[in-house]
Amino acid sequence: MIAELALPFPFELGFMQRALIACVAVGAFAPAIGVFLVQKRLSLVGDGIGHVAFAGVGAGLLAGWAPLWTALVFAVGGSLGIEWFRARRRTSGDVALAIVFYSGIALGVVLISLGDGVSANVLAYLFGQPLTVKPGEVGAIVALGLGIIAAVVVLRRALFSVVTDEEWSRVAGLPVATLSSLLAVLTAVAVVAAMQIVGILLVAAMMVLPVASAQLLARSFRGSLAISAAIGVGASIVGLALSRVWGLAPGGAIVLVAAATFVVVAVTVRALESGPSTEVADR
Amino acid sequence: MTVSSAPDPTPVGDDLPRAEELLGASGLTFAYGTVPVLEGVDLSVRAGEFVALVGPNGSGKSTLLHLLLGSLEPEAGHARLFGRLPSALRRRGRLGYVPQRPNLSSELPATVREIVAAGRLTDGRWWLPMSRADREQVEHAIASVGLADLAHRPVNELSGGQQQRAFIARAFASEPSLLVLDEPIAGVDAASQRLFRDSLVHLIREHGAGVLLVSHELSAVADDVDRVIVLKRTVLFDGRPSDLAAEGVGSLGVHAEDLPNWLEQLT
Repeated sequence: MIAELALPFPFELGFMQRALIACVAVGAFAPAIGVFLVQKRLSLVGDGIGHVAFAGVGAGLLAGWAPLWTALVFAVGGSLGIEWFRARRRTSGDVALAIVFYSGIALGVVLISLGDGVSANVLAYLFGQPLTVKPGEVGAIVALGLGIIAAVVVLRRALFSVVTDEEWSRVAGLPVATLSSLLAVLTAVAVVAAMQIVGILLVAAMMVLPVASAQLLARSFRGSLAISAAIGVGASIVGLALSRVWGLAPGGAIVLVAAATFVVVAVTVRALESGPSTEVADR
Repeated sequence: MTVSSAPDPTPVGDDLPRAEELLGASGLTFAYGTVPVLEGVDLSVRAGEFVALVGPNGSGKSTLLHLLLGSLEPEAGHARLFGRLPSALRRRGRLGYVPQRPNLSSELPATVREIVAAGRLTDGRWWLPMSRADREQVEHAIASVGLADLAHRPVNELSGGQQQRAFIARAFASEPSLLVLDEPIAGVDAASQRLFRDSLVHLIREHGAGVLLVSHELSAVADDVDRVIVLKRTVLFDGRPSDLAAEGVGSLGVHAEDLPNWLEQLT
């Protein structure tokens, strides 16, 4: 059990504190993986893997096993499948993604229909429900998140090289296939760890939106990693607080805060960039 | 126009003891489907040699490079990288490579230093943290291409020539004994070309490295190249730049357009 902490409104209650821990973890690790996916031009891969994870949720509910772990098995398999297609160029990246997208969601629907049908349980995975996470689930999310962040810290330089210049990395003798597969597995773990918080339908947003903002602000790759994680954590805290105050769906509120952050950052950066040149033009 | 000299893969300086062969090919043949691209290509690059590989558009230069580096397998013949089949060579720290157009996103906020540091990931060091020696070598490589003042700057804020120097520094960072460059001076300003030339000469003279420069334009390095290989499906010429000039190319160094014009007229 996680003891209740003396936090102010809106985080004074135990269920909000559990949600806060889980949301902060997702806000930190999802963009840490997303930085590499965006550079690899695979921004939507998290969405495809989310759909496969949905099939895993269906399998778990049907078999009576914990959906988190069955979703993890399905997601890892699906992500390695996408990477296999991509690396061998058997089909274009978006077609490979589409195959995985639709097969995953269709399998999930079929498996769920074989069980009890669409229940509140299923909706929680589709749209996220951080307010109902149990202490054990918070522990699992935090543990998976720490594993992801540790892997990113160790592999960041090699992954940076592979996602920015795959041809050079291959010629230089880096294990490109191994590193790409590791990134695929880390993506799958991140999707599954985050799906209960922001939902399968929105999980990719937390991998991409904070990164899109960070790219406009950062002046180094290391900086973009740190800033995207900071924006992810900030959006998670603010979104969760707003969901309590205004009675919003927490997953959607968190993603909307991340999207609003991008709009503010983009407009501000553009205004700052165009300011001096406008002055020069006016003279 | 044809080249009268018979292909001669023998390196310049036959009277000297032969240096180690770093890169070689024997009877290399390759086709895309039924379209032949390379037929019976022989070549060799040895330590301390500066070799330029030239050819008209579509002559098979890029395919030859992919075969030499092991990213394609030949239909006949074989390539040698440090005396081994390229595809079998796992530890590649001795090889420095500068690709034609690095596939960098324009939004990428990566500094020169971060790009160059990737050069220290070779030889199984990809999961290890940077050591002090790694950092010193990265700074040395950055300084050697004249980018010390810009090391902290995002690469996407630099000019095309400065970006290309950053990628050359990445290749230098692994302290290579063989440097392979694919059209590195295409679209590069004169100042960057001069620094590029100085960097290559330093690597060859001070470190005894071998260099294979794939280009269709050699004016920046005309006085420094030991040997020119002319490729059009097969090796048409392999010899000294002065002997190539006798083939009617004109000067490699004075008029930059002479060589490209001559190459396009090859039959």
